[in-house]
Amino acid sequence: MFFSVFIVTFFTWLILTNSLEPSEVVIGLIVSIVVSTTFTRYYSIKFDWKLPVRILRFVFIYLPVFIWEMIKANLDVAVRVLNPSLPLNPGFVKVKTSLKGKNSKLALANSITLTPGTLTLDVKDEELYIHWVDVKATSEEQKQKHITTKFEKILKKIFE
Amino acid sequence: MSIIGYLLIIIGAFFYFLGGLGMFRMPDVYNRLQAGTKATTLGSFSTLLGVGLVNPAFLGKALLIIAFIALTNPVGSSVLARAAYLKGVKPTSKTVVDEYADEATKKAGEEQ
Repeated sequence: MFFSVFIVTFFTWLILTNSLEPSEVVIGLIVSIVVSTTFTRYYSIKFDWKLPVRILRFVFIYLPVFIWEMIKANLDVAVRVLNPSLPLNPGFVKVKTSLKGKNSKLALANSITLTPGTLTLDVKDEELYIHWVDVKATSEEQKQKHITTKFEKILKKIFE
Repeated sequence: MSIIGYLLIIIGAFFYFLGGLGMFRMPDVYNRLQAGTKATTLGSFSTLLGVGLVNPAFLGKALLIIAFIALTNPVGSSVLARAAYLKGVKPTSKTVVDEYADEATKKAGEEQ
């Protein structure tokens, strides 16, 4: 799937340089070819008929939830940092996820990192290891409810 | 439009400030990363969006940069936290539970 990585890289270049001058385009082509031949071993983007639907779902279902959670995360950190007593109750917890695909697990890990009080440390098979600033629960169900469920549902619809 | 832009830049600067303050106040690497990652993401997003609104020619680029920050920032901080843990950096004594310890010792065993 060398070609798909090439297309994405080249379009990114076009948007970033914001010009269609021949010299810019030629350099962009060369850079994109080098980048895509290097990285195609590690990652490929699959184009299929479902892709537009996925992108629409991503933009209209995932993004609003994500942005809202991100703002909450920032206010949460702000309140903690500005509070003179520095309220912390940190811990490392293990949470199971039902997502299977590589991409969906990456998206889940990223979402968790950018949501209130949690930071993904490691992903191994079906388990996520998370640093939690304010440990509220230790039972498996409660942990899932607090950390993963919200995004898991949405990401499942998008990626799987 | 440009007033909203400047407002967003001010909000962004405020969150950058909070990120710095968090770095200073938090007790250990992991909590510092939490503060650093979160405060700087919203800080960068709103600063970039503000710049985009003040100067509309830059808006497309600003959105693209935001997308890349959203993709790379969490990955970077996860990797930093993981590396710190596997290297043996001790979490603060306030830590309540540690369910990663077993996994980390297993990993250390594999590497030797």
